Amino acid sequence: MDVGTVIHAICFYAFAGVAVASGVMVIAARNPVHSVLFLILAFFNAAGLFVLLGAEFLAMILVIVYVGAVAVLFLFVVMMLDINFTALRQGALQYLPIGALIGLILLVELVLVFGAWTMAPDFAASAVAPTPPIAQVTNTAALGALLYTRYIYAFQVSGLILLVAMIGAIVLTLRGREGVRRQKISTQVSRARADAVEVVKVRPRQGV
Amino acid sequence: MIHFALSDFLPALPEMFLAAAALALLILGVCQGDRSAREIAWLSVLALVVTFALVAAPLHAHGPERQISFYGMFVTDGFGAFSKMLVLAGSALSLIVAMRYNEQEGIARPEYPVLVLLATVGMMAMVSANDLISLYVGLELQSLALYVLAAFQRDTLRSTEAGLKYFVLGALASGMLLYGASMVYGFAGTTAFDTLARDFADGGTASIGLVIGIVLIAVGLAFKVSAVPFHMWTPDVYEGAPTPVTAFFSVAPKIAAMSLFIRVMVGPFGGLLVEWRQVIWFIAVASMLLGAFAALNQTNIKRLMAYSSIGHVGYALIGLAAGSAIGVRGILVYLAIYLFMNIGTFTVILCMRRDGKLVENIDELAGLSRTQPGMALALAIFMFSMAGIPPLAGFFAKLYVFLAAIDAGLYGLAVIGVLASVVGAFYYLRIVKLMYFDEPKGAFDKPIGREMQAVLVLTALVILFFFAWPGLLVDGADAVASALFSG
Repeated sequence: MDVGTVIHAICFYAFAGVAVASGVMVIAARNPVHSVLFLILAFFNAAGLFVLLGAEFLAMILVIVYVGAVAVLFLFVVMMLDINFTALRQGALQYLPIGALIGLILLVELVLVFGAWTMAPDFAASAVAPTPPIAQVTNTAALGALLYTRYIYAFQVSGLILLVAMIGAIVLTLRGREGVRRQKISTQVSRARADAVEVVKVRPRQGV
Repeated sequence: MIHFALSDFLPALPEMFLAAAALALLILGVCQGDRSAREIAWLSVLALVVTFALVAAPLHAHGPERQISFYGMFVTDGFGAFSKMLVLAGSALSLIVAMRYNEQEGIARPEYPVLVLLATVGMMAMVSANDLISLYVGLELQSLALYVLAAFQRDTLRSTEAGLKYFVLGALASGMLLYGASMVYGFAGTTAFDTLARDFADGGTASIGLVIGIVLIAVGLAFKVSAVPFHMWTPDVYEGAPTPVTAFFSVAPKIAAMSLFIRVMVGPFGGLLVEWRQVIWFIAVASMLLGAFAALNQTNIKRLMAYSSIGHVGYALIGLAAGSAIGVRGILVYLAIYLFMNIGTFTVILCMRRDGKLVENIDELAGLSRTQPGMALALAIFMFSMAGIPPLAGFFAKLYVFLAAIDAGLYGLAVIGVLASVVGAFYYLRIVKLMYFDEPKGAFDKPIGREMQAVLVLTALVILFFFAWPGLLVDGADAVASALFSG
């Protein structure tokens, strides 16, 4: 066994072990903020596993989207909403059997998919092949090249969808509130000295 | 290295123009605030008219020519152009009738026309979809804008409830559709319609996974056209959404989803007609029957129109079950006539306002012939047409789909369709009876507005005199439908 393989194996077990352990801690931690932090740790380790697989784009997306956006959002929600998590968690153990069952079914399905799935034989010829071959180009470059050429249409329409989502969120929630004192920069800047300062001669013992 | 030339983008010129117009109007609206709502609504109508011209011009110049662009993701052909013209007409007419209502209800904001325009871009993308991915992005663009529009009157409980209900159920339907698409991709190895069609034409047989995928896609699309048994959202959303939004929902998105349904079923899965025909047969029969019977004891006119639209979808689906060029021609004619009948009826509903308050009860129409004879006459024309009474346009709409069913040997479907339309005639004619033979309950608010009168007169004339020049519509539909099957 050469050194590279050993290092690879060590990294894999380190990432996988920490990911599983932090996954357990997510549901075991008493403090919900700790749960979210462990979730972020799990995401980082999963990203490490992706890098080991050579899927560096997925690793980046996992860190940027899940850690950068989703997990931080969780953190905000957990901190802002005053939810009594200990009360919520009471009796959670009674769901353990059904949770275990669902997990088992998922596992069996995954095994079945990998073991028994075949493409319909009549369609084998038209199956999509990776272009260009994986060995020649990193997957980020390959995805970028495809996204902005072959899928430019879907990419642009997706952009419009996000715009609609943004307009929709603003239309449905933005309300002009009364009595808000907004900063008016132009008025502030255009204020002359004469408007703000008044020089008053104050005679002794008479006050203003 | 791949090079783009400007001509590669030309087939999508109408879509790009409309999207750019929506963005420009959005900026204008943001700068000018709510007082520019009417101006922006008219500019949006103008944008839709220009887009209509951009769609119609190549169809007029080259005939129904099929063109594939964006690496097979996007198709422009006569069928697409025809459906897009219907969608654009529906959007423009519903925008025109919306303006006054929105001002009276205090929801006249520039975002309304902009969202309608963006939804229309989504519908055009749906109609032109030639790949499961472009199908999905088009559908989502449309749906997302529609969810927001349903909840547009955000201060009323009914509207927000309608928006939420539509959103949750719509998301479920999108999930079904995506699941089906992933099954198809998993078992066929491609998402491109052309490749799928070729493989089936080469004698590819559908494995069980592929069939499940196709059925799930059909379920997602049946939800979008509100066919039974995926219609549950329709009455609630139609009743709760602001009336102009309901008017819009009942035409443009329905036409787009129906065209997409045709495109998917006769395109990539055309070789499997025998497999999917029974599914379409069932949902057509169920929609016609439910549309006829459930509408019988409705008291709210918007709910009545919801069930009516479910029934109409059932009749249109007969043409799809036929799976032939005649069937598709029947659907296109049906959708075009349905568009005018429905917009006309909703224009009347939008005018149902007494002392500045909306009334939606059917009984409120009593004696309309004495208080507003013109409006009563127009509504009577639409109701007779929806009931399918000759020589009005609605009769021909049904005639063409029933002809297609008989041509395809689906006699049962045609007979059930005729029987359902007899039952349906009852509630349409009840409205006519209310207007002409019952004691008046007092007039609706006048004046109704010049643009409303114009739409009312236009739609009534189209419905009334369709029989004189049916060729204008039927020949066009015939040409694009046969091109869809030959190409």
